[in-house]
Amino acid sequence: MKTVIKLWIGMGVLIVISPLGLILPSHFKAGSAWGEWGTEEIAKFTGYVPSGLKKLSGLWNAPLPDYAFKGWEAKGMAHLSAAYIFSAVIGIAIVGVLAIFIGRLLLKKKDER
Amino acid sequence: MHIPDGYLGPTTSGFFYLVMLAVWTFASKIVKKTLKAKQVPLLAIGAAFSFLIMMFNVPIPGGTTGHAVGGVLVAILLGPWAACIAVTVALVVQALMFGDGGVTALGANSFNMAFILVFVGYYVYRLISYNSPATSARRVAAAGIAAYVGINAAALMAGIEFGIQPLLHHTASGQALYCPYGLKIAVPAMAGEHLLVFGWIEAVVTALVVKYLQKQDPALLAFAKETPL
Repeated sequence: MKTVIKLWIGMGVLIVISPLGLILPSHFKAGSAWGEWGTEEIAKFTGYVPSGLKKLSGLWNAPLPDYAFKGWEAKGMAHLSAAYIFSAVIGIAIVGVLAIFIGRLLLKKKDER
Repeated sequence: MHIPDGYLGPTTSGFFYLVMLAVWTFASKIVKKTLKAKQVPLLAIGAAFSFLIMMFNVPIPGGTTGHAVGGVLVAILLGPWAACIAVTVALVVQALMFGDGGVTALGANSFNMAFILVFVGYYVYRLISYNSPATSARRVAAAGIAAYVGINAAALMAGIEFGIQPLLHHTASGQALYCPYGLKIAVPAMAGEHLLVFGWIEAVVTALVVKYLQKQDPALLAFAKETPL
């Protein structure tokens, strides 16, 4: 079997177990990554929210924030895990297509010369 | 290591966008010359792997989380310039689709993870693997060490970027405008957690995949041999 196909099968396995990246931090009561806190957490740590940070933090509304559906924050781990897998599939599809597009674009220009 | 919007002031964000604009331009010129058609699927899976491995948040119990980036592995297979493009694609999709990493911080995040991590890792790999055959144990060790050094270089950069914010931007009364933690807190925090925990994950993942490829398809590990430093 071609290596790339085998590697994609490996990716499929990783997608299925990707919710571990959600469940393990929650199980071991780990918080956000360092420097990736929301404004409430910042306020808790330092007693205030820096004004520039407050202004910029809501700048971008991602369609699948934190690899979940909007409004699912309070849902249980099963729902969040399903959303996580869904996010992984969507994300990989977009990343893969973009990379192939860029790759082809760069190849094409070489041929034209 | 995905700096969100609001942690970096406009000077830092703008500076890193400019730097990365130059890097991306140069990367596309180099890759245009070197990329082979059969490598395009590898570029796609490399970018996808980087995206996916970053979803595996590893906890420090009671503390923070972190993850591997996979960028050094992509650099070993495709060279640093193509890897820079692959990791950038992953970072762009993470920021725009999933709000993981800020849109304003995309330049800085790309500098750390798609440039510093990839290039430091790649050259450490070249240095250690030197002339060893693609299937040697030395290559596996080189990959692991390179991954460890690469991600730690990136974490150090992120720590510095966070840490200079209170110096660059503060109110008259001394309140920070952006990241509130200075170099003395941000650098040890970012460097420490990656030296102790997350760096090892990048190392193990990278070394394991290289070991697997040595058995499965050693031709994929030929990039370093075919390319002069």
